[in-house]
Amino acid sequence: MIHASLKEVVSALDAKKVSSLELTDLFLGRIAQHNPTINAFVTLDEEKSRAAAKAADAARAAGNAGPLTGVPIAHKDIFCQDGWRTTCGSRMLENFVAPYNATVVERCNQAGLVSLGKLNMDEFAMGSSNETSYYGPVRNPWDTERVPGGSSGGSAAAVAARLAPAVTGTDTGGSIRQPAALCGLTGLKPSYGTVSRWGMIAFASSLDQAGPMAHSAEDCALLLNAFAGFDAKDSTSLERDNEDYTRSLAQPLKGLRIGLPKEFFNADGDAATMAAIDAALAEYRKLGAETVEVSLPSIGQSVSAYYVIAPAEASSNLSRFDGVRYGYRAPEYSDLNDMYAKSRAQGFGEEVKRRILIGTYVLSHGYYDAYYLQAQRIRRLIANDFDQAFKQCDVIASPTTPGTAFKFGEKSGDPVQMYLSDIYTIGVNLAGIPALSHPCGEINGLPVGMQLIGPYFSEHRLLNATHQYQQATDWHRRTPAAFA
Amino acid sequence: MAFTPEDVQRLAKLARIELGPEQVNATLGHLDNIFGMIAELRQVDTNGIAPMAHACDVGQRLREDKVTDGSIEQRDRCLALAPESEAGLYLVPKVIE
Repeated sequence: MIHASLKEVVSALDAKKVSSLELTDLFLGRIAQHNPTINAFVTLDEEKSRAAAKAADAARAAGNAGPLTGVPIAHKDIFCQDGWRTTCGSRMLENFVAPYNATVVERCNQAGLVSLGKLNMDEFAMGSSNETSYYGPVRNPWDTERVPGGSSGGSAAAVAARLAPAVTGTDTGGSIRQPAALCGLTGLKPSYGTVSRWGMIAFASSLDQAGPMAHSAEDCALLLNAFAGFDAKDSTSLERDNEDYTRSLAQPLKGLRIGLPKEFFNADGDAATMAAIDAALAEYRKLGAETVEVSLPSIGQSVSAYYVIAPAEASSNLSRFDGVRYGYRAPEYSDLNDMYAKSRAQGFGEEVKRRILIGTYVLSHGYYDAYYLQAQRIRRLIANDFDQAFKQCDVIASPTTPGTAFKFGEKSGDPVQMYLSDIYTIGVNLAGIPALSHPCGEINGLPVGMQLIGPYFSEHRLLNATHQYQQATDWHRRTPAAFA
Repeated sequence: MAFTPEDVQRLAKLARIELGPEQVNATLGHLDNIFGMIAELRQVDTNGIAPMAHACDVGQRLREDKVTDGSIEQRDRCLALAPESEAGLYLVPKVIE
């Protein structure tokens, strides 16, 4: 069962071949065995997980099963989960036990999904390697000397190591797609406003979006069905009818136009990565898709625009961590301001402080127009580029990352190098549009991810294209040898 | 872009984050590098382009101004998370002598 798709898990539950409690115990057993190596989970509460599994079994016995009742999952530790410690990867929230459920968690609970634990992440989702977590780095199951990506690195590693069949993640600049690529998963960042941000600890509110991470597009579609949709508690949630994200999975790809941005398909790309992407595109053509060249002229400025906008929003969002209402308070201080300054100095890690300072600078008097407003204007240019490109194609393809998983310490000393590795993913968040990463090859035993980007509300199309590709290929079924 | 130690201290003060002298120097180097990257933005011609503050061009949804949640039980659970609280209030160091 550890390699089963969500559909297969549900079939087994329906046929009473396995109970939710047995499944939960199976995965909790694997977590106990492997988590000391990969550090994907930061908090476990076996009693709560088993109670949820028993409730799911009872609901099934009573004939009240929904499409996913009894399936075990796990949430990134950015989601408030009632009665569970919720740390966001930070010392600041080391002892924070959430007093309510995030909407994503609440909906998963309502759907009868069983929570296995809370997943490690870069501190406050700021990082691309999971090295900024206060609870230690997550190790990549494909090679434990390498990073799993970030910030949803615990999420990605847990699924890759078969410690959970599917998980939640969040994506502000690539935090679902990049770790999905580096760990060989399928991960979807939905259109901004599709999934409620209520109870999801805020990093950059105009960019943050939650989404599913799993082995296949079909699993992602099923999980997204459980938690997407309008929520009055999130003022940026879009008022739309609920969608069935599985509705287009079976559609043939004949006539699908895949746009290849010339800015991403040039001699600068990593040769082995581009070869894997070319092979995937050849497969898509065999399935009936055609490729067209498109252009995103402003995409080169996306990393810079992001590193103005995201820290600006973060510096504002993270001002709530002041040692007064919740979170860490320094043991010694002289007065109120000193308490703030010491609590924040001791409670936040280096990368978080760095970004707060960047944000403080770009929002400060005299620099606001030159940096913040200018970045927002460039954000519009980038969004316009995508609009123009989608007049010529249905989806856009690119690598998800410039290379495969890198080694610990390789980029952590140089923030700029780390930031630049998000070049393929960041523009999508600025534009608010959906994108996913799916496995499409291996280089020296490490997974390669391909990104598919679509216009607003095209999640079903991205999932459809990926599902068809995954019917014809088996990259998404590969398992790291140590976790088979 | 070249930040001075005084610039970094001023930012740290605005952000309410205490930084020691060593951290100031480390931060200064990183900020120089990051703003070296970001500087390219200032060269881009954005005349006539409206700033984009939100990913989706929809108006802000408003709700009725009414209390929807506020049980004493929930209040007490929230207060219990505070480093210091008493009689339904959050406690901070004395600010008025």
